Amino acid sequence: MTVMSYLGAIGAAQREAMQADERVVIIGEDVEANVYGTTGGSGKSRAASGDFLEMFGANRIRNTPISEEVIVGACAGAAMTGLRPIVDLSYSSFLYMAMDQFVNQVAKNRYMFGGQASMPVVFRSAMFYGLNTGAHHSDRPYPMFMNVPGLKVVVPASPADAKGLLRTAVDSDDPVLIFEACMLWGTKEDVPEEEYHTPFGVARTVREGSDVTIVAISSAVPEAVKAADELAEQGISAEVLDPRTLVPLDVEAIVSSVQRTGRLVVADPAHRTCSAAAEISAIVAEEAFSSLTAPIVRVTTPDTQIPFSPALEKQLYPNRYSIADAVRRVTGEAFATPAGIATSAPR
Amino acid sequence: MDLSTETLLEMQRRMLRIRYFDERASKMVKRGHIPGTVHTSIGQEAQVVGACMALGDNDFMSGNHRSHGHPIGKGSPLGPLMAELVGKADGVCGGKGGSLHLADFNVGSLGESGIVGSSIPIATGAALSSKVLGNGKVALAFFGDGAANQGCLYESMNLAGAWGLPVVFLCENNQYALSTPAHTVTSGVIADRAAGFGMPGVRVEDGQDVLAVYEAVRAAVERARSGEGPSLVEVVTYRFNEHSEGLRLGVDYRDKDEKEAWLERDPIVIFRRWLAEHGHATEEQLDALDAEVRAEVDESVAFTDASPFPDPSRAFADLYTEPFGPTHAEHGPGPLIGAQK
Repeated sequence: MTVMSYLGAIGAAQREAMQADERVVIIGEDVEANVYGTTGGSGKSRAASGDFLEMFGANRIRNTPISEEVIVGACAGAAMTGLRPIVDLSYSSFLYMAMDQFVNQVAKNRYMFGGQASMPVVFRSAMFYGLNTGAHHSDRPYPMFMNVPGLKVVVPASPADAKGLLRTAVDSDDPVLIFEACMLWGTKEDVPEEEYHTPFGVARTVREGSDVTIVAISSAVPEAVKAADELAEQGISAEVLDPRTLVPLDVEAIVSSVQRTGRLVVADPAHRTCSAAAEISAIVAEEAFSSLTAPIVRVTTPDTQIPFSPALEKQLYPNRYSIADAVRRVTGEAFATPAGIATSAPR
Repeated sequence: MDLSTETLLEMQRRMLRIRYFDERASKMVKRGHIPGTVHTSIGQEAQVVGACMALGDNDFMSGNHRSHGHPIGKGSPLGPLMAELVGKADGVCGGKGGSLHLADFNVGSLGESGIVGSSIPIATGAALSSKVLGNGKVALAFFGDGAANQGCLYESMNLAGAWGLPVVFLCENNQYALSTPAHTVTSGVIADRAAGFGMPGVRVEDGQDVLAVYEAVRAAVERARSGEGPSLVEVVTYRFNEHSEGLRLGVDYRDKDEKEAWLERDPIVIFRRWLAEHGHATEEQLDALDAEVRAEVDESVAFTDASPFPDPSRAFADLYTEPFGPTHAEHGPGPLIGAQK
């Protein structure tokens, strides 16, 4: 074990994947200079000529023009013909520039061509929400891609998962979109130094509990844990589940947890309508209705755009307070919300 | 040109295969044998075959909605293609793609695309893998004059130029994007746009001449294979049929005289005459070739008729390489069976 940051763990996984298979290439904007710290040997170097460029050469570490549509499409074409690209799209909001390629080529080619194509390509992007970057850089677009059959959607919430899920993504013969939360970049924890793969479709029980299930996504996971700590002091035992991958989704883990606790709160930093939280809520309503002793509550970002001012932005995302409030709603032990602290926004 | 008689006759054979396949497909659409519609390459056979024959068997190719000619030109067998148009289990894509999304990876056909321009980055990516893996393969992207105004073409040309990728951008300029004359929506000459990316741009004015197309594309393919990077080739041609079969627009967007002049320039008639005049085949031999291809198309229809429709459960196959996600059982048999005829 060694202490690694979320960002350092991504860099470690990329290094391992590049060393393990010569067909793996890293393609994206600013990957040569290690601008984001994931293409350096230690994960920290910011040398003009990044460590990866020296280690793996310019044939396998490729800076691109700012042309998302061809970056995504060309990496799809390369994946169909023998490479296993890891594509760094930097900001998640930039994925929209390549929507046609994602939806019409990446997701459909294997299916449309009757299984002739395989699409071993990983698209990494970072969600800069909560960092005062304004509306164009703060998106959490993973639910849009959950709506596109053929893609796998991954949302790591811890350094250990960021490493293990990325290794599994690179080994997948299907296209994988990984949405990384910048708010978690600095998070540190013990991470195994050796190589390991974290399976897709297997939720992580972050904390066990018996009164309520909190399914938390991305940066909402550490917030849900803090909420659970606070709730424990009030005698409420909350279980925190991190699905880790939204496609495939570990339905069994979520349903069986709700069957034990009888209550569900879903904390999801995406916009409320058609969010991952909405889908998880619908599944639980269909699969475990008779186990529910209270209505499901979603804690999401309300359906508004992301404002720049910290005074406006901070209140919007699920946090320990809004999650704890939601739990108290479903457990019937509502406490007054401390003044000045935002809860989940009104419908 | 140093082409053997065998190669020259193969060109004619492939043009005939496209012609008779598409003529049959057109009839099958009108009779309801093929569901939906198809876009034929009738009239454009020289442009398609000249380009495909300039590629090697292992080279890659991507295409568009005018889709049958490309895999046929690359050497794909007709039976699975025809079965795909009808939606049969033995279709080249198992009935999942249909006319718009043919692909035959066995001949390097990486897929046709129903989205105009969308497959150009795919061919660019195939060239990228050739470059990284150093396997000497070349990729060719077919697209029309309509796609020539899509941004992804220019992103692809820029990336290919910057990275020196072995790709040929092949514009099939049949002069109309459905009903819209290309010259009314296109600024300048398409081939000239190559200069802005520092790559050769060639315009083949007579796209009805299969040898002219072949020569231009072969030069671009050789350039790509020798590591000199991408090229743009624009081929001026004409589609003889309507944009899609069965389409009745009620407007004459093509000038009558223009259309008649182009119909006179049938690439198959022109090349047949050339083959006979240059002593590559007798009229009898050319008649026999014609009959062979007609029989091959008949066989493709027989192959199609003998193939069953796919089991409804196949709607859930091939989405991922490993089994997860929706299954037939989960969705229940009710609505699916109800939708079957």
